[in-house]
Amino acid sequence: MMTTPPHSTKIAPTAPVGDEGFLQIVEVSKKFGEVTVVDRLNLSVRRKEFFALLGSSGCGKSTLLRIMAGLETPSSGRVILDGQDITDLPAHRRPVNMMFQSYALFPHMNVSANVAYGLKREGVARLEREERVREALELVQMGAYAGHMPAQLSGGQQQRVALARSLVKSPKLLLLDEPMSALDKKIRQKTQFELGTILQKVGVTCVMVTHDQEEAMTMADRLAVMSEGAIVQMGTPENVYEAPSSRFAAEFIGSTNVFAGTLTEDGGSLLHCGELEQPLELGFAMANARQGHAVQVSIRPERIRLSFPEDDTTPPVHNSALGVVEQIGYMGSYTLYYLRLRSGRVVMVHVPREILVGFSQEPDYGDTLQLRWSVRSLVVLS
Amino acid sequence: MATPRKPAADLALWRWLPSGKAWAIGLPFVFLLVFFMVPFLMVLKISFAESTMDVPPFTHLLALEHDKLAISLNFESYRTILEDDIYLAAYVSSVKVAFFTTLLCLLVGYPTALLIANARPALRNLLLMGIILPFWTSYLVRVYAWIGILKDQGLANRLLIYLGLSDTPFALMQNTFGLYVGMVYSYLPYMVLPMYAFLVKMDTSLPEAARDLGAKPWEVFLTITLPLSFPGISAGCLLVFIPSVGEYVIPELLGSSQDLMIGRVMWSDFFNSIAWPLASAATCVMVALLLLPMVWFQRVQNREPQTA
Repeated sequence: MMTTPPHSTKIAPTAPVGDEGFLQIVEVSKKFGEVTVVDRLNLSVRRKEFFALLGSSGCGKSTLLRIMAGLETPSSGRVILDGQDITDLPAHRRPVNMMFQSYALFPHMNVSANVAYGLKREGVARLEREERVREALELVQMGAYAGHMPAQLSGGQQQRVALARSLVKSPKLLLLDEPMSALDKKIRQKTQFELGTILQKVGVTCVMVTHDQEEAMTMADRLAVMSEGAIVQMGTPENVYEAPSSRFAAEFIGSTNVFAGTLTEDGGSLLHCGELEQPLELGFAMANARQGHAVQVSIRPERIRLSFPEDDTTPPVHNSALGVVEQIGYMGSYTLYYLRLRSGRVVMVHVPREILVGFSQEPDYGDTLQLRWSVRSLVVLS
Repeated sequence: MATPRKPAADLALWRWLPSGKAWAIGLPFVFLLVFFMVPFLMVLKISFAESTMDVPPFTHLLALEHDKLAISLNFESYRTILEDDIYLAAYVSSVKVAFFTTLLCLLVGYPTALLIANARPALRNLLLMGIILPFWTSYLVRVYAWIGILKDQGLANRLLIYLGLSDTPFALMQNTFGLYVGMVYSYLPYMVLPMYAFLVKMDTSLPEAARDLGAKPWEVFLTITLPLSFPGISAGCLLVFIPSVGEYVIPELLGSSQDLMIGRVMWSDFFNSIAWPLASAATCVMVALLLLPMVWFQRVQNREPQTA
C-alpha cells in the first residue's frame, strides 16, 4: 500500500535486505551547542520488531526518536532504513510516521480529516482515501467517531485516532513517543494491551520511547536502556532484567539491592562486603582477579527468601544475613519488606502472597528475620 | 529530552508575555474602555444638542423650568450628515485607508510575529522589546520624526541623493505613500503583539506532525499554521482597523491635503466651524458603522470551532 515518493527509492545495490538490521542507527551523534545529547550511538532493529528505548528524561531517547523521524538532523552518523540511507531525507519524504506524546491531533480538523491528512499529502485519490481512512478507524475501533472534533474525544480516544493517523500511510517504521504518558494510570494497562494487539495485527516495525520500565517490558520485544546519550544495555526484557550488565541498568529496570565488596583471595569466589557479616559467595571463581578486586553484585528483592531464625535451624555460612523489619508495604500479589541489617544497610525484599501464607505468623514491624539467597540470584555488575 | 519548548518554563524577565494572550488583548481593551467609552458617551450627548455661540458651544439636553424637566433631542446634525455628500465620501475614504493599513500591517506583521514566536527565547525577548520600545515615546513625536525622514531635505532623500540614485528629491510625504508609511508604522505593534501571543503558545508538535505525515513546508503553513493562527490574526486586524478609521494626526501630517478622511472632517467641524453637535454626530455614525460589522465578525468567530 505504501507508495514511496519517486526520489526516495534509491535503494543501495547490495543484496536484498534481510530482517536483521531493518533499521540501523550508525554512530549517530547529536549536539545542541556544546551539549552532546546523543553520543556516537549504534542500534539495529529487526523487521517487525517492537523495540523500546528506555531512559529517564534528558537521556537523549526522544532526540534519537526525532532523528529517526527526520525532525532533528544528526550532527554525525547515518540512519539506514530497509537498506536505504535516509539520513538526509527530510521528514515529509520519509516512510516513517510518528505518534506524538501529546498526540498532536489537528484541533481544526475532525477525526477523519486528521487521519486523511497524510494520504491527502501523498495525493491518494478521494475514494481510496476514504476507504483507507475508514479501515484505519475500524482498526482502532473509532469508526463511529469519524465526524467528531479532537476536543470532543477522551484521552484514550485521542490516542487511538493518533495511532490510526500514523498507521494509515502504512509506514515502514512507526515511532511512538511516550504513548501512554498522557493517559490515566488506570487505563494505561488496558491500553498497552490494546495497542500491542493492534500493532501485532498490522505487523509494523516499531520503536517506542518511554521512561516507564513496566511499559517497555510489557510491550517491547527488545529494549535498550539509555543514559547520557548512550545505550547502557540492550536485549530482551527478560535478559536485561535477569542479567543487568551495570548498576544503572539493574536499578533502572525494576528495583534491586546492590552490594559492593572485594575479593577475599586471588582467583577466589568469595567477596568480603562491609555491609554483610558473612562473605558473599559468587558461585564461580573470578580466575583473573586478584585479592581486593572490587566487585558489585545485584540481588533482586524477589530473589531473597525470608524466614524466622528459629524456623531456620541450619543457616547457611554464606549468602545470608539477619535483619530487622523496618517497613512493610502491602502490594497485593506480594508484600514489600524493608529490613535493616546490623551494619545499618537497608535491604528490600518482595515476598509473594503464597509464600507468606506458609509462615507460622506474618512477620511484623521489629521482628528479626533471616535473609538468604542462592548463588544463582547474584548478578555481578560491571 | 529535547521536547518542544514550553512558554511556562521560560524564566526570562518577560515570562508573563508569552502566556499573555489575555494581556495583549486585555490591556488595549481596558484602555479603550476608560479613554474611549466615557468620552464617547459625552460625544453622544453633544450630538443631540444644538449649536450656539456660547461656551461651551452647544445647548443642554436637559432643562428644568417651572418644575418641569424638558428633554430636547435635536436630530438636525444627523440629517445634515445624511444629506451632505462630503460625509459619505469621507467615510468611504476612511474605511478604504483603514482597510489597506490593516492589510499592509497584516502582510508585514504576520511574518514578524511568526519570526519572533519561533526565535530562541533570549532573542525573542529582545525582538519583543524592539516592538514595544517605540511605545515609550509619544505617538506625536514619532509621527513628527517621520517628517524628518520623509521630507524633501529629509534623511531618506538625502541618502538617495548621496547614493546617486536620484538628483532631485522624491515626494515621500504629503501623499498616499507618506500616509501609509505613517499608518503602518504606528499600528504595526497592535497587529504583531496579539498575533505573537497566539503563535507562541501554539503547540509546536502540530506543524511537526504535519511534516511527519508528508506535508511540504508550504503545505504545513497553509493547512496547519495559518488556519490555527486565525484568531490571532483577527484580533490583530480588529485592533488595527478600528483606530485607523478615525485617524487624524497621520493623514494631517504625512498624507496629502486631498485625502478626505472622516477625522479631518470632524476636526474642521469642531475647530473651524465650531459645530460641535455636527462633529459629534459624525463621530457617532462612524462608531455605529464600525460596531455593526464587528459584532457580526465576533459572532462568526465564536461559532467557528464547532463548524470547522
